[in-house]
Amino acid sequence: MTQAVSRRRFLQISSATALAGAAAELDPVPRAAMAAGRPATPGEVKTIPTFCEMCFWRCGGIAYVRDGKLWKFEGNPIDPQSRGRLCPRGTGAVGSVNDPDRLRTPLIRIGERGKEQWKSVTWGEALDVVAQKMQKIKAEYGPESIAAFNHGIGARFILHVLKSYGAINMGAPSFAQCRGPRDIGFLLTFGTGLGSPEPTDIENTDCLVLVGSHLGENMHNSQVQEFARAIERRIPIIVVDPRYSTAASKAKYWLPIKPGTDLALILAWMNVVVTEGRYDKAFVERYGTGFEKFSAEIARYTPEWAAAETGIEAQMIRVTAREFSARRPATIIHPGRRVNWYGDDTQRSRAIALLNALMGNWGRKGGLFVQSGIKVPGYPLPKYPQSDRPMADNPNGERYPFADEPVTTGIREATISSKPYPIKGWFVYSTNIMNALPNEAETLKAIQALDLLVVIDTVPSEIAGYADVVLPETVFLERYDELLTGWGRRGWMALRQPVVAPPAEQKPAWWIAKELAGKLGIPECMPFKDIKEYLAHRVEKGGFSFAALEKEGVILAAKQPITVEEGLELAFDTPSGKVEFWSEQLAKKGFDPVPKYTRHPAPPEGYMRLVTGRSPVHTFSRTQSNPLLTSLMQENELWVNSATAASLGVKGGQYVRLKNQDGIESSRIRVKATQRIRPDTVYMVYGFGQRNAMAKFGGQRGASAAQLNTRYATDPLMGGTSIHANFVTLVKEA
Amino acid sequence: MARYGMVIDTRKCVGCMDCVVACETENNVPVGFSRDWITTEVRGTFPDLTMEIRSERCNHCENPPCVTCCPTGASHVSELGIVKVTAERCIGCKACISACPYGARYVHPKGYVDKCTFCDHRIKDGKDPACVSVCPTHCMYFGDLDDPKSTVSSLLRTRKWHTLLPEAGTRPRVFYLT
Repeated sequence: MTQAVSRRRFLQISSATALAGAAAELDPVPRAAMAAGRPATPGEVKTIPTFCEMCFWRCGGIAYVRDGKLWKFEGNPIDPQSRGRLCPRGTGAVGSVNDPDRLRTPLIRIGERGKEQWKSVTWGEALDVVAQKMQKIKAEYGPESIAAFNHGIGARFILHVLKSYGAINMGAPSFAQCRGPRDIGFLLTFGTGLGSPEPTDIENTDCLVLVGSHLGENMHNSQVQEFARAIERRIPIIVVDPRYSTAASKAKYWLPIKPGTDLALILAWMNVVVTEGRYDKAFVERYGTGFEKFSAEIARYTPEWAAAETGIEAQMIRVTAREFSARRPATIIHPGRRVNWYGDDTQRSRAIALLNALMGNWGRKGGLFVQSGIKVPGYPLPKYPQSDRPMADNPNGERYPFADEPVTTGIREATISSKPYPIKGWFVYSTNIMNALPNEAETLKAIQALDLLVVIDTVPSEIAGYADVVLPETVFLERYDELLTGWGRRGWMALRQPVVAPPAEQKPAWWIAKELAGKLGIPECMPFKDIKEYLAHRVEKGGFSFAALEKEGVILAAKQPITVEEGLELAFDTPSGKVEFWSEQLAKKGFDPVPKYTRHPAPPEGYMRLVTGRSPVHTFSRTQSNPLLTSLMQENELWVNSATAASLGVKGGQYVRLKNQDGIESSRIRVKATQRIRPDTVYMVYGFGQRNAMAKFGGQRGASAAQLNTRYATDPLMGGTSIHANFVTLVKEA
Repeated sequence: MARYGMVIDTRKCVGCMDCVVACETENNVPVGFSRDWITTEVRGTFPDLTMEIRSERCNHCENPPCVTCCPTGASHVSELGIVKVTAERCIGCKACISACPYGARYVHPKGYVDKCTFCDHRIKDGKDPACVSVCPTHCMYFGDLDDPKSTVSSLLRTRKWHTLLPEAGTRPRVFYLT
């Protein structure tokens, strides 16, 4: 196309081409239309409800398919997570379908592990290799020697087949690398973890306190919707963050805390609330235990003491404590979500739980409500084989006594040490553990011990680069998955169903699992023709109409009381049956029964602390090759205080590299010189800086925060691994 | 005859860019281009700061310099009072791009100038523009500025607001609540 064409002629050509294109699409008939059982007519728009997997919020949406192609994806108005409006990632899910980096066919490694040399194979060949290696591992080491890392609802059938084979070690980074410390902190205090979505009644609260939680950048849809309503209602918002986050810009009080000292602030807040008698005495008397010992313990944490630790004036600590306690019980000290910061995060989360308890906001309107669910029976499936071996990550709970989910880094450690027994195979489903787990050197070391590494994903994550077999999954808009049964203000169920056909050889996880079960000689563990039969069985057995679910996408459960105001009776599933201000359980295991402050190391001279967070347009390292989302944010930036940048001779827009305390140097990253961050702290959105060659479009941009996380602390209670304990210097580009 | 305008509450906006993505899918905007965008304006010095976040787009000015400068009549005000471009009449001279003080226009890869249409294909059906309808913070409002009962009119009566570059004399129809 080098000949000069007049502009008018060009327009004529392009409109003719467009018409030809439209006609061509009708022959053959678009595959999505065929799937729906009738041919499409030009311009026809079909709407199909499904639920989103761009993140873990799992919002219900409605896909618009025009002329057989996905046009747009909007919120489903009856869905409680989206309430008719998706977040930018959900809206941008359209881009996941035409993501140029998508895995297209099964791949088998032909070169050295990690060199990313592949042979494209059929599904039959790929699954034969996987099944043969699995049988060999089972024969030599036992089925427990296959482990799995997973994220998302799609993992359901893969994990099921692995369990049916005899595997027992399966962990999700969402526990030890995210919300685990919070859930255990609340479990120890109230007898229940919080789960997802968090039961924060922001919609009705009169005061919201965010400790390092950056709602608005952290785009948890319904929660952000309620946050915006809270702003509109002009309630006081208190934000604790070393960075002037979007949320901080909406706050009445922004406390730019010295990172690592949050627990000092929370203890001092509790000290003010107790010494000034601002707590809910009736709640504490009726539902609490150990309050006397608790208040004696926190007596030493005065605001003056905390001021020196946190850099926040004592008077401001008092003012904010009075502000939020004046609104109780309709006040929320937000529990946060990705809270694995310093290795003592369960105790910090427990302190946040205790501060909420002092507000008497448990099960109260405008506080923390008690989630209600939906009952749907399971599909009758054969029992899993019993194993007499302990879980490898945390044998008999001896390593991390309060972990109630497997610890990913424990599985990794067992793989390296072969203790308590060898781990020889890994399945990695839909999680980039190179990015999610700390210290990639340990992950690489563990991989060396493996006889089999299978990665199932939609895009080539960094861990896929080290796989023996890569299995390409369809994106969520092209597949069925397990039924979603959600807990919230009201229980609900949602159906994921395909809206378009996959572009190449990609297959849904349930199909992969069923085929693998056949190859492993255990087809009886998947005793249904296809997943639709499975889903329909469950829904109908629960007394609901599958046809209605297909049509509406979402079915709501009957409304149950979720607050005392609605008639809820409070009950606490702790050993004492009370809210445990002083924890016998912790004391018995040798831990602090009331959280104690320990000072974390400060950055040495010339270094700054690296902290990380999220962007509203990306999820982890999973969306960087989505053309719609990446056009909005192509790379991450390094936030550096303007004065710090000037003193280092660095300008905004300039590229630098980061070098951490262990000499690890990052890829290049662009400086954002800004007033919006403390001078001793730098910040970046994590998930960027993928270095694998397969990530042609999505990789090689920005820096990886995970790569710099070589020094991490492990939470002794539940195995959580820290992300904010590293210090960096800036290395200027030559 | 309605006089359409948009009111955006900068207090509620979190700058998530959902409006940008929704516009791109709704209107098949080519990847790498956009008809709307987010601006954040930070004032002050650490730690005494304020920040305004705005979803910006064509202001559909009452006095649109992009229309008066267009040599072919491609840039025009539609019967709904919306500033539009007729692609077939556009010669891609970019005079309008220079004239627009807001940077609201871009050259489409097919050679014509493209911009926000207030989703007039949707408002004809009584729907809000795509950006307004998807916004998870509900920070955007669309309606008839001449109708005193409309949400946009009542917000402009009851809240403080500003427009962008009022000194340019363009009289924008996109208003920002503060």
